[in-house]
Amino acid sequence: MSETPREQHLADEDKHWLVRSSTIRKLWIAFAIILGLTLVAQLFVHLHEYFVVDAVFGFYAAFGFFSCVAMVVVAKLLGLVLKQPDDFYDEH
Amino acid sequence: MSIDLVFPPAFILIAGAILLPILSRSLRPVILLGVPALTLAVIWSLDNGVLLEANFLGYGIELVESDNLRRLFATVFTLMTLVGGLFAYKQAKTVELSAAMAYAAGAVGVSFAGDLITLFLFWEFMALFSTVVVWSGGTEAARRAGIRYGIMHLVGGIILKLGIEGIAVQTGSVDIRALELGGFSTWMVFIGVLINAAAPPVSAWLADAYPESSSTGAVFLSAYTTKTAVLALVLLFPGESLLIWVGLYMIFYGIIYALMENDMRRILAYSIVNQVGFMVCGVGIGTELALNGVAAHAFSHIIYKALLLMSAGAVLHQTGVSKCTQLGGLYRTMPVTTICGIIGALAISSFPFTSGFISKSMISQSAAYGQLGFVWFCLVAASAGVFLHAGIKFPWFVFFQKDSGLRPKDPEWNMQAAMIIFSAICIGLGVFPELLYRFLPYPVDYVPYTADHLVSQFQLLLFAGLAFFVCLPLMKRTETIVLDIDYIYRRGLPWLGRKLAILREGVNDMLNDFVQGPGRRAAVFWIRYHGPDGPLARTWPTGSTVLWVAVMLIAILLGAMLF
Repeated sequence: MSETPREQHLADEDKHWLVRSSTIRKLWIAFAIILGLTLVAQLFVHLHEYFVVDAVFGFYAAFGFFSCVAMVVVAKLLGLVLKQPDDFYDEH
Repeated sequence: MSIDLVFPPAFILIAGAILLPILSRSLRPVILLGVPALTLAVIWSLDNGVLLEANFLGYGIELVESDNLRRLFATVFTLMTLVGGLFAYKQAKTVELSAAMAYAAGAVGVSFAGDLITLFLFWEFMALFSTVVVWSGGTEAARRAGIRYGIMHLVGGIILKLGIEGIAVQTGSVDIRALELGGFSTWMVFIGVLINAAAPPVSAWLADAYPESSSTGAVFLSAYTTKTAVLALVLLFPGESLLIWVGLYMIFYGIIYALMENDMRRILAYSIVNQVGFMVCGVGIGTELALNGVAAHAFSHIIYKALLLMSAGAVLHQTGVSKCTQLGGLYRTMPVTTICGIIGALAISSFPFTSGFISKSMISQSAAYGQLGFVWFCLVAASAGVFLHAGIKFPWFVFFQKDSGLRPKDPEWNMQAAMIIFSAICIGLGVFPELLYRFLPYPVDYVPYTADHLVSQFQLLLFAGLAFFVCLPLMKRTETIVLDIDYIYRRGLPWLGRKLAILREGVNDMLNDFVQGPGRRAAVFWIRYHGPDGPLARTWPTGSTVLWVAVMLIAILLGAMLF
């Protein structure tokens, strides 16, 4: 396993194609289009309604997004208390 | 085809575990692949019903009882042994391979156990050899974690045994059947089984021990203990509604802890608790669809979780590193591992056309059919959360993220082959769900691929993915561990021990002071009168004794004459 110079220090065109900023921009655009498509698809597909709100337009998108943000924030806050240095149990 | 069974299928694996260290190293692959293959063949030749009975301490026990559910679990356990053996055979120590096979034997034994005594014996067998697999990590940390792991499971075993003995005494039968929670004995069985499922409050044992095993050991550990517990719950407590809440707790515990964690294998360990939570919740819902979902999910989970731990194990084996802070950018030189890891990550996230999609959705669908609104919303949020903590977080931080400067190659061919086989199964079951559905315990009339389900699942997962990248600054990895309930027994109990030692010293000093002060004075007084030279302990001359006897005689004579 050889240590090569890390790509962070290279010029953009010398990096692996996947991490060039032009590629990353394209990936974001593609991702945005796909996200849009999943919403557009709901116009053509009737979602079965079990609990009133679950058939509302964009419910799964919004619920997925916000529940994940909530979980990340909770993890962040809990981490303030529960995260400890790696050697926590090694002392004494 | 049907054969007369003379011993449980688990014994084949036990024989393999014994042969492995005895025979020459060149025969290793033959045993590691041949023995599980033979076991699979025997498992699939079994008819339904009780196939092998015996007498044990006056109880009629059923060493082998087979039905669709049990056969499905035994199959995936054995399949895991087969492909896990392929993954590990060049890299792992003999003791680890042998212990892993014995461990699998325990799991297969539990799967076919028709009574509680047989279940308990194989249960303890698993505890024993899984501890050896943890120890095979070979480090000081592994040794310590193995001791903690062993203690936890032996305590769990004692609790289970208390319950089983109570049931045997009260009902006179040790047959495995659905139990009603109520009374000391059933609660003990319930708790004993849940400890192995990594249920609260002791979920911490799993993420404490598994990641300390070797790069190959974790693959085996991920499969058996928690899933035999799930099977035991299906057999003993189907529809017990308390399990819904236990399961939901495990689901969110797994997600939140995985989000805080830095070690890639510990992230995956937390997500085992998360996935088992889905199964436990399904057992609690308890309808035919839910129980089918539990069985299907256990099957697909074992395979994609092993796949994920194989890809993590490959990274660890090639780099010696397992912390996200030190990893990143490995996709450049480990394409096979990266792709297989991503397939496992998609499967655990229930991405359409993977095995997770066709199994987990049965559980959440059963909540919808049962009009369990709160449970359903939790399960849907958790499905998004799985994509967050395992589906994206694991591959992102290990294979992409930043350039760590590490340039490891893909691992040896056997490791690659095992990963490719399991990847193929993950996708194969996702594309052809019938392959799995026909072996489920109840008839399946569930159709996973509807336009409705696809659109909702894509929305949910892809927007969860968006949330990941939006929140990325909040998830910067730090060189930390996360405290858990194990703090109590790793820090709290030793602290209490030290305090007790101090208390003992205090009491000791107090006693010493007493002995030196009033004690000494009392002793001096005592010794003065009662000591060897004290007036009351002196040996008296015979003459004085005779004198006193004469005095007493005269007194008696005088008394007799006067009265």
